[in-house]
Parts: sequence; C-alpha cells; structure tokens
Amino acid sequence: MTTYLGLPTAPPGVGHLRGSEPFPAAARRALADTQLRHNLAVATATIRAKRAEVVAELGDWEELRAAGQAAKAGAMQYLDRYLEQLETQVQARGGTVHWARDAIEANQIVASLVEATGSREVVKVKSMATDEIGLNEALAAAGITAYETDLAELIVQLGHDRPSHILVPAIHRNRAEIREIFLREMADVDPALTDQPAALAEAARLYLRRRFLSARVGISGANFAIAETGTICVVESEGNGRMCVTLPDTLITVAGIEKVLPSWADLSVFMQLLPRSSTGERMNPYTSMWTGVTPGDGPQQFHLVLLDNGRTAALADQTGRQVLHCIRCSACLNVCPVYERVGGHAYGSVYPGPIGAVLSPQLTGIEENATLPYASSLCGACYDACPVKIDIPSVLVHLRARHVDEARKDRRLPGPEAIAMAAASWMMAGSGRFAAAQRAGRLARPFGRRGRISRLPPPLSAWTRTRDLPVPPAQTFRQWWRDEHEKPS
Amino acid sequence: MRFMRIALFVTCLADTLYPGVGRATVTLLERLGHQVEFPQRQTCCGQMHVNTGYQKDALPLVRHYVETFEHCEVIVAPSGSCVGSIRHQHPMVARACGDERLARRAEAAGGRTFELSQLLVDVLGVDDVGAFYPHRVTYHPTCHSLRMLRVGDRPLRLLRHVEGLDLVELPDADVCCGFGGTFAVKNSDTSTAMLADKMRSVLGTHAEVCSASDSSCLMHIGGGLSRLRAGVKTVHLAEILAATRAGT
Repeated sequence: MTTYLGLPTAPPGVGHLRGSEPFPAAARRALADTQLRHNLAVATATIRAKRAEVVAELGDWEELRAAGQAAKAGAMQYLDRYLEQLETQVQARGGTVHWARDAIEANQIVASLVEATGSREVVKVKSMATDEIGLNEALAAAGITAYETDLAELIVQLGHDRPSHILVPAIHRNRAEIREIFLREMADVDPALTDQPAALAEAARLYLRRRFLSARVGISGANFAIAETGTICVVESEGNGRMCVTLPDTLITVAGIEKVLPSWADLSVFMQLLPRSSTGERMNPYTSMWTGVTPGDGPQQFHLVLLDNGRTAALADQTGRQVLHCIRCSACLNVCPVYERVGGHAYGSVYPGPIGAVLSPQLTGIEENATLPYASSLCGACYDACPVKIDIPSVLVHLRARHVDEARKDRRLPGPEAIAMAAASWMMAGSGRFAAAQRAGRLARPFGRRGRISRLPPPLSAWTRTRDLPVPPAQTFRQWWRDEHEKPS
Repeated sequence: MRFMRIALFVTCLADTLYPGVGRATVTLLERLGHQVEFPQRQTCCGQMHVNTGYQKDALPLVRHYVETFEHCEVIVAPSGSCVGSIRHQHPMVARACGDERLARRAEAAGGRTFELSQLLVDVLGVDDVGAFYPHRVTYHPTCHSLRMLRVGDRPLRLLRHVEGLDLVELPDADVCCGFGGTFAVKNSDTSTAMLADKMRSVLGTHAEVCSASDSSCLMHIGGGLSRLRAGVKTVHLAEILAATRAGT
C-alpha cells in the first residue's frame, strides 16, 4: 500500500520533465538520424571504455558501491532531520535558506533574488535542477539573461537546443556542428574558426571570460549538501564552475532535497564513486566547496533554494524511492543499448536514459510520463553500472505495475492489452486450458511460408514488420512427451 | 556423480514453438544418466505478465508454478530468462500481493530451479557432455543469464568441450539483442535498431550458427536473420549439447 505525503508532484507546463510525444514515436524519429546515432555510438563507447578502466583499478569497487547505497539510504530515511540541520548550519554561517515546493515556487524565489540585486544578468554552473525547473526561461520572462558557462551547456544554449545527456548535454552534436553554432551565435568570433577541439575551446573561453568578469550573480546546482557543516559541494571539469561560485557578489544554489548527505565521511565515498562513474576519471579537475559566506572572500550573499518538485512523492514509494539516491553520474546512460540508439531527446525530460525512465515518471506522476517505464528491454546493464546500486530494472517493472493499476482504477472498461493479459493468465493457470490454447495457436500455421511467418495482423504486425516468426510445429513438446513416455508400447 | 531425478520446466515458448529444445534437454540429461520427469500441469512462469505491469494477473501463474514444482528435488529450464523470473520475480510478486507464505514457498522452489548450463556445470559437475557438432558457432550470452543469474562463462565452457565445434567470439556479446518481451512490440523500432547491431556482430563472425540459452532471444535474433535471408541459423545451447556423432 502506497501512502502519499502532502506535497504534490511537479506541476505540468513548467520546467522540462515531460516530452510532447510518447517515447516510441520520439524514438522512431531519432533512430532515423544517422548523424545522431553515429555521434552517440562513438561518444558512449569512449566513455564506457574510460569508466571500465578506472573502475577496474579499484579492488574494493563493490564495497564502495554498497557504502554509497547505504549512505544514501540513511540520508533518505532521516531526510527531514538532515534538511533542518543543513538549514541551521547554512544560516549560522551567513547564508539564507529558501524552501520551494515545486518548479514555479523555485523559479519565483530565484527571479526575485536576482531582481533584488539590480542585476539583469547571471552566470550559471551546469545544473540539472535548474534545467529541470526551466529556470532560464523563467528568468528570461522576468527580463534576466542567464548565461550557461559549461562548454556543453553553452553549445546547447547557443544552438537553441535541449540537453540530451546528464553529463555531456551536447553529446548529440559533433565538432563540425559546434563550429557552425559558434560562427552563427558568437558575435565576434574569428570567422576562420576551425573544428579542432582546441580552437573551439579557445573560442568558448574568450566568449565566457567576458561573462565571468562582468557577472554580479552566479547560479549553481549542488552535487552534495553536507548537513553537519552546511557545506555545498560542486564537482566539475572545466573550472567555469569555480569562476561562477567565487567571482560574483551573490551566489544562488538550487538543490534538490535529496542532495543532502549527513557528514563529510559520507562525502569521501562519493568523491571516489562519482568521477570514475561519470567522466571515467580517478578525480575530477575542480571540486568547489563553500560554507555560507566568508567575509571579504567570494560572494557576500549566499542563498540556498531547497527544491521538492515531486521528490517527497517519490520518497513515499517504498520501491521507487531508491531513484532519489542518484548522483547524476550518467553511467547508466552510457551503458544503455536503448539510450545509445535513440539519444536523450526521445525521453522528453532533462533526465534521459534508464535513470530518467524511472525518475521522470515519479516526479511528474506516472500518467504524465506513461511510456517511459516501458522504454527499456530490462537488460540490466544500468543496474550493474550504477555506483549506488539503484535496481533500475526492478523499479521499471514496479512503475509499469503502478501504471497498469492506476489505469485500471481510472477506466471503467479494460483496454485490449489488459483483456489479453487477463485471458493469458486464466489460460496459463490451468494446463488443460494451456494445451487447448496451443492447439488454437496452430491456426497460425497457414500464415507460414517455407517455415516462416512474415506477416501477422496488429498488434503482432509490430513484430513481423522487421522480423519473421517460426511456424508453430505440428507437435508441441507436451504432445511429444505423452507419445514417448505414456503410451503403452 | 550422483544420478538424479530432474524435473523439466520446458517453458511455454519452447513447448509451443521450439519443442526440439525440450527434446534436446531430455536427450542430453538422459545420456548423462539422469532421469527426467515432465510434470504435465506446468504452463508458464508469468514473466510476460510481470514485465508488462500485470503483477496481479501473474499471481495465479506464480502459485501454479510453485504447486507444480515444489515437490521436485531439482528443476531445470532451458532459459536463463525464465529461471531469472522464477528466482527473482516470483517471491516479489507474491509479496506485492500480500502473500508472504507463497513468497517463501516460491523462494524454496526457485532455489532448486536451475538454468541448463548452471545445472550441468554446478549441480551435475560436467564440462564435457560428450557432444559432437562440426560447425562454426558464435554464442550470445543473453542478458538475464549474464546479469540476473550470473552464469558467467559456463555455456562457453560447455561449448569448448564439444568435439568438432569451432567457437568464434561474438563482439559486444553482452549487449542486449533488443527482445525484451513486449518491448519488441511496444518499442518495435528501437528493438529493431538493437537487433540490427546484434546481427551485424553475428554476421561479422562468419559463423554458421548463432547459439544462446534462451529461445526468446533466439526467436528475436533468428527472426531478423531469417528476414534478411542471412544464411545463419539460430540453435539453442541444449540442441548443440544433445548432438552426437551417432545422431548426426
């Protein structure tokens, strides 16, 4: 029995947790994009190989995974206590804490904080939470321009595009496409820009440096928020994050409530798990940590916005709550055969891939992302790769069951699938009925040509469009057994 | 080696569409000196229901499996996926439906249910089953055998001992073929894209035969190869292990 806590799930129409079309349709379009499939195959294979190499270096990887899982489970069990401790510590050190029940509230809080500074510009550290709530659009509506400073997020922003990967949001772009975007969107870029990675990075550096030096407000997410001291931790590779959290006068951090960790000892586990799982590095280049405000050094105003947006609803589901343990490493995306072929946009949400298929429906309510739990062959590669051992296949199956049960309650008449499943259950719960059904199945024999069936009516046409089926043999196994073993000779 | 009485759970798919897989399993185990019984009440493990979201409809099938097999000492199924479902999903379904007693009975029956290569290597203690199969073969290890049951290289150990068999390594062997039960129909385009890459790997080996220990995955891979008239057969592990010089 699932009980629901008070806060509602993320409201429709705000943020980026829902797609405009069902997964199978969006996937069909993505599959036809040969450039996308080539980019993804190359990029995911590269990250997979790097990850496998650095994970293999550690003799205690499985123990680390278990420790990460236990730390997150502990944090979630006493989440209320740790969140209040975090709030107390941040405020004791000169920061301000705001509580946002959903995307609308979070966006309003951030927009009014920026407005209060008098600034019309902000620089941003790459952040999934602010992508989730659609903060950039909300700020634009308030007349505030947000500049993404992570290279891949910058490519996505300048390309008027959507991110398609948690770690590498522009994974669907190759360098020729990036060069075109820069030439088109960067005002004073050198027209002789080549598509060499170093040249593209230099163009981005020149473009971004001006933003860093003029910005008075920085906005970040949080990888971890340590309750015992009120410390926020951001892990990154490019140093843009370090600029954003140190140069401006005001720093605003938007963090999902599940980012809290009880102690620094917990953090040590995740600093080993995250870089290896994410970028395939032993240690990431930049780890920034700050505790409230330090007089005369760095931002003198610090605001922490703690975001629910469907998270307490997920917490109420005993099987589903483990998705809140996710540390956004994206290892599950890189090993997923579905993600590798369809890319991130097909999932409709800023959270793509296996973790997105179990997280997005829980944040929005399943009926609003009803095709995502089915966007997996349940091959289990994601579970093996997850650094905190989220059993994604089991959660997918659980969410499918919740979806079917909810549809049953809402609908007076069951759909054709439900009727077929109930009939199959009745038929297979009795061996006599099953044998009769097998005999009926042999009615498909006339569909066969030369031992194969190449065309069947819907819904099985979805199979036979691309694959043959064998013609049912004249004799089932059980008939053979009876003939061999039970006839008096 | 102790001679055993082994109950065969043939699986609904092999029973109906691939009876040769069941016959091969019987032939193989009898050749090794064991006695095979076939409880005729058996039907289906219910995995399709569970994985499609119909847990409540799966409950009668879980109960049916438990009642059919719980008296058996050892049970074998020629499918990693069905055994994965029996071991991992049956207790879960029973618990989700509030039947703790059934969950414990399902755990006991599941603990005595083995995938064929596990039974041969772990329970019966054989690597060499005395088979003869003079063909170039590649092996797809199937996701649930690999990641739910952790059968590891047991099927390959068995194949390496088959006389005459030329075993070729399958590139990206551990990647899913795209079957995924109703996934193959609900997300048929994505499923087919995954299948295309699997077939590319299989064809690259120049093997005559692609083998696996799941009829469902073989139905998918074989369905694609057949459509392409690729000239590569799909043959279940049991059928290779059952083949002998005398029988060919």
